[in-house]
Amino acid sequence: MVIGLVVLVLIVRQFLVPKDFGIGERGYMYGLHRKSNEEEWKAFKVKYKSEEYCKDCHNDKYASIMQTPHAIIQCENCHGPALDHPTDPPKLPIDRSRAQCLRCHYPLPYPTSGRSNIRGIDPDKHNPDIECVMCHNPHKPTLEGMK
Amino acid sequence: MITRRDLLKNTLKGMAGLALPVAAFEILAPGKLFAAKGDTARVRWVFLVDTHKCVGCGFCVKACKKENEIPYDANVTRTWVERYVLTKEGKIFADTPKGARDGFTTNKIDLGLGEYRDIKNEEIEKAFFVPKLCNQCENPPCVQVCPVGATYQAADGVVLVDRKWCIGCGYCIMACPYGVRFFHPIYHVAEKCNFCYHRITKGLKTACVQACPFGARSIGNIKDPNDPVAKIIMTERVGVLKSEYGTKPQVYYIGLDEEVR
Repeated sequence: MVIGLVVLVLIVRQFLVPKDFGIGERGYMYGLHRKSNEEEWKAFKVKYKSEEYCKDCHNDKYASIMQTPHAIIQCENCHGPALDHPTDPPKLPIDRSRAQCLRCHYPLPYPTSGRSNIRGIDPDKHNPDIECVMCHNPHKPTLEGMK
Repeated sequence: MITRRDLLKNTLKGMAGLALPVAAFEILAPGKLFAAKGDTARVRWVFLVDTHKCVGCGFCVKACKKENEIPYDANVTRTWVERYVLTKEGKIFADTPKGARDGFTTNKIDLGLGEYRDIKNEEIEKAFFVPKLCNQCENPPCVQVCPVGATYQAADGVVLVDRKWCIGCGYCIMACPYGVRFFHPIYHVAEKCNFCYHRITKGLKTACVQACPFGARSIGNIKDPNDPVAKIIMTERVGVLKSEYGTKPQVYYIGLDEEVR
């Protein structure tokens, strides 16, 4: 009876446990896994392609923003992940919201944080009803670039 | 009737028997075996955070959630940014509204349950931002407790979760001292930061490192002596979170304050 049960469990186990399930490089304690899962994670889709992907086609935009303090911001931080643009999606949605600008330009003069070095505005007093991009050009954020 | 000869013989046998198992286990210990075969892994991913550079814009969190398909409006995230405000009275406030997905756009501290605390700039003694993510510990307690072998550490040190094999018991979520694990609202399995495994294995930077405009985040290979991140970790003053747990976390921080937990 007991032996039969053990045999049954072993047979069922043969079918349920994947062939590549075993002890990996990190030993019994940390490495027990299904080997093919590593490849499954590696095959996950890359969505953010970085400015290197944008700069060849949008060379004018890239060149102009590189002259400004906003050069440190990746295109995709405002324009969204490139994915397979221009095939899919053909057009990228742009985040032009006040909230997007306030991520850095809400004044928080915190000592020991780089945030205190960034110029900010009080969103309740500084033209609260209109979008920042109505007057400011994010690709040319200096006052000379005002629309 | 036991003779003197038999007694001595059996005593010696018994002593030999007692000594044997210790030696036997020594040989069979898997860690020792792997060490004897030689450490062949050429890559060990590590992360470096410079808290001085972080301004709390939250672009890292936004990029991470989109890159890794974490439901955008669900209050779960693989990485987040904490704000610490220490007042001159000695009070400590910390918050991370929505994991700082939308940054910090108010000086009011989110105390939870809809309560906020307005702190005047004159009251502040220290204030700073601390990005958090999975520490990819050398001794990951989340992996030890997994009863089915669904979470594991790859040869390059990254701790991964097998979504097909995870039964959703939640032991790992409880075991992580850093609180980086959560249930994925769609897949109903354990979820965590994996240093964008699909990106770093292709030679790309993680989504959060790429999105950071200020260079507060960086990823590197500690086994490469020419790696700039490895050089900083080996030669400069860096700290880790909760070292007292013995987990050997591999996310290193520059400018870590003792108040950061």
